[in-house]
Amino acid sequence: MSDIDPEALQAHRSHLIRYAMLQLRDPNLAEDVVQETLVAAIESRAKFAAQSSPRTWLVGILKHKIIDLLRKRAREPQLNVAEGEDENELVDALFKENGHWADPPQSWNAPEQSLENAHFWKIFEQCNQRMPLNTARAFMMREFMDMTTDEICQELGISSTNCWVILHRARLALRECLDMNWFGNAR
Amino acid sequence: MLDCKHNTELLSQSYDRPITLRERIAMRMHLLMCRGCRNFEKQLAFLRKAARELPRKL
Ligand SMILES: [Zn+2]
Repeated sequence: MSDIDPEALQAHRSHLIRYAMLQLRDPNLAEDVVQETLVAAIESRAKFAAQSSPRTWLVGILKHKIIDLLRKRAREPQLNVAEGEDENELVDALFKENGHWADPPQSWNAPEQSLENAHFWKIFEQCNQRMPLNTARAFMMREFMDMTTDEICQELGISSTNCWVILHRARLALRECLDMNWFGNAR
Repeated sequence: MLDCKHNTELLSQSYDRPITLRERIAMRMHLLMCRGCRNFEKQLAFLRKAARELPRKL
């Protein structure tokens, strides 16, 4: 219990901000949503006792706050998934006209070890931030928030086919970025 | 015959929806012959794993 007095909660703040920034890419929104999370955490800290780690507990609250926020924003007309993003540029660069790899993926050296390397996570975060906003958003709903594609389609108001295309594009982009910037297969 | 572009789409979708038997067979056939796609398949599994660990690593 000693770990969750209001001061200790503040210590998790920067971690939560980074997490929220990955999803929202807007420092003001991230700040707001983390503030709400901390307030909710302080209000409900009596319920914390049974939890294993304060950070996991906080991230759990934050996820809900982010989903609520995205849900509200999805109803606003400006969140159009295809908008302003050149969706085919990457795919066209990766594959030849006959559908074969322009430059087939090389194997990655000891990827499991990367997971233990703090610098790898920096690069991973940067690669996520480099994706077009709405692509990254769908990808993170799927992978960080563990939402189903049906839930994501609903939240973003798009068809499931469109959703699969976006998620695939996100993985291609992330793979490419890690390949070049971490696994050292610079082209 | 599935090309690499469509094969990677199916590989990716296998993380998002149930894949039909027919699709699975087409992917397996392609993977047998294509090293680039075999690497891609392993890397997709790694991306899933890494993304799910990210919240704890930030
Ligand atoms: Zn192939």
